[in-house]
Amino acid sequence: MVYLTRKMEFAASHLYHNPAMSAEENRRIFGKCNNPHGHGHNYTLEVTIAGEPDPVTGMVLDLKELKEILEREIMQRMDHRFLNYEVAELQGQIPTCENVARVIWNLLEPKIPRGRLYRVRLHESADLFADCYRNGASGAV
Amino acid sequence: MGETLHIELGRRYRFSASHRLHSPQLPEAENQRIYGKCNNPYGHGHNYVVEVRFSGPVDPATGMIANLADLDAFVEEQVIEPFDHRSMQDEVPVFRNIVPTTENLCREIFARLQAFPQAKLEAVRVEETSNNSFEYAGEKPDSRERGRGQA
Repeated sequence: MVYLTRKMEFAASHLYHNPAMSAEENRRIFGKCNNPHGHGHNYTLEVTIAGEPDPVTGMVLDLKELKEILEREIMQRMDHRFLNYEVAELQGQIPTCENVARVIWNLLEPKIPRGRLYRVRLHESADLFADCYRNGASGAV
Repeated sequence: MGETLHIELGRRYRFSASHRLHSPQLPEAENQRIYGKCNNPYGHGHNYVVEVRFSGPVDPATGMIANLADLDAFVEEQVIEPFDHRSMQDEVPVFRNIVPTTENLCREIFARLQAFPQAKLEAVRVEETSNNSFEYAGEKPDSRERGRGQA
């Protein structure tokens, strides 16, 4: 098994607010992230595909193809967008790193033509990230 | 949402500390041969980076596996405060008896952070320098091997 990883960066804004909770509660739980005007990050997405290299091409999945999938599914949806208002898949969810990583997983998994999606790692900053795996397949890469 | 996905929250922290690699079970010459410069009697230091990963259900109300402010406070109390700007073998009691290699440091930090009440600790990865890193995920079968069966 070989694990190949492609990295991509996008910039987006978001805010954390749960309308089911009081203003004070939102402020207490989410702190600065509750600022009603939102704030932004440079996100770094790392997508890892697991598979056996094709004996003829030597590739698990052509990186150009993976790049195009990421461009179409993620960049066009999320780059320079306000995640709360402009990404339909995040409607009704707090756009935390955990939730955005899960949305990215669900968008990508059915589109991977060869190999299988092994891990989505989404960095919101250098010191905060979320990893998403299919249950039972987690571990170090 | 039925969780067929496994989500982990990762966070990185930093501290600076000194250590000396020296085993009292070995003679002087053997210590010097094995540990080289790291056996210098006065010790030396590193800027350590500690990367931790926790798993658990994502709370639908907050979108979070664990509250970051609570996690930061816990790590501060359990790891940063006791280690930052300290000499490990002199000031962290566990390293009076075991050599403060980064392998052992990784296991010690894992043991301390396992008690975090809001989520399950999956792994601790420590970067001793930008060229050396160590990861400990507890005593369980190699997760890559487990993952392979799921394909």
